[in-house]
Amino acid sequence: MSATFGYDEERLGELLSDLPPAPAGWVRAAQELPAARRGIDEIVERARVDSEFRVRLVADLEAALAAAGYEPTDELVDAVRACLPELDQ
Amino acid sequence: MTMELSDAQLVGRCRAGEAAAWNELVERFSRYVYAIAVRAYRLAEHDAEDVFQDVFARAYERLGSLRDDTAIRPWLAQLTRNACVDRLRTSAREQPAEEPAAEETDAMLERLDEALDVHEGLEALSGDCREILDRFFARDESYRTIGEALDLPAGTIASRISRCLGKLREQLEGRKLGPDTSGGS
Repeated sequence: MSATFGYDEERLGELLSDLPPAPAGWVRAAQELPAARRGIDEIVERARVDSEFRVRLVADLEAALAAAGYEPTDELVDAVRACLPELDQ
Repeated sequence: MTMELSDAQLVGRCRAGEAAAWNELVERFSRYVYAIAVRAYRLAEHDAEDVFQDVFARAYERLGSLRDDTAIRPWLAQLTRNACVDRLRTSAREQPAEEPAAEETDAMLERLDEALDVHEGLEALSGDCREILDRFFARDESYRTIGEALDLPAGTIASRISRCLGKLREQLEGRKLGPDTSGGS
């Protein structure tokens, strides 16, 4: 700890006030990152081996994701879109 | 997670792929990352949200490159600083605005480090004390709201806060060696 001596209660209150909670939705989204990453990996891998799925993704990304059972959130759509060019190679 | 892990233990478990550990790491440092963005760099809420997600995404991707697991806090602080500076520069190209002075930012970062030390000190207090201090100071809730949420008479909140602050001070000053078990009442 950097400064553990000489606190008065007013100072402690000020320091506690300095760290309000981050919005709950932000925290949840960050906590869901690993699962989201796994989802993206799964989609990309399927697109790599399933050419029909790949064609559907290119034609209409959001619809193809929804049809495959994924919720096409902005983050997921952006992440998969970023991977599409490498799948064409 | 039921027991309090050290930062290094937490990082180790995240690296091993434990989902609960990652949840705990985000929870433990979310206020710190958020405060750096909105208080030290005064980012607007939508920019702060992007920085917040970006920092944790980078942390997740690069956790394996962290050489010293005990250094997770300064590492996250640096990731956040870099992301905030990038964001300010991008915004300035679109709409010139005044950046906070470097000395001011440094002073605030130092203060936030101290604030996180104090916040971590809360962990050694009883659940009642943690809750009441967090609600009053960090969440800016009124006596009435706290009283209703915790089913306590509003007239007793001020004295409880004072008592819990005293316990926190004792905790931080090292006068108490063990965790507080006496409760906030």
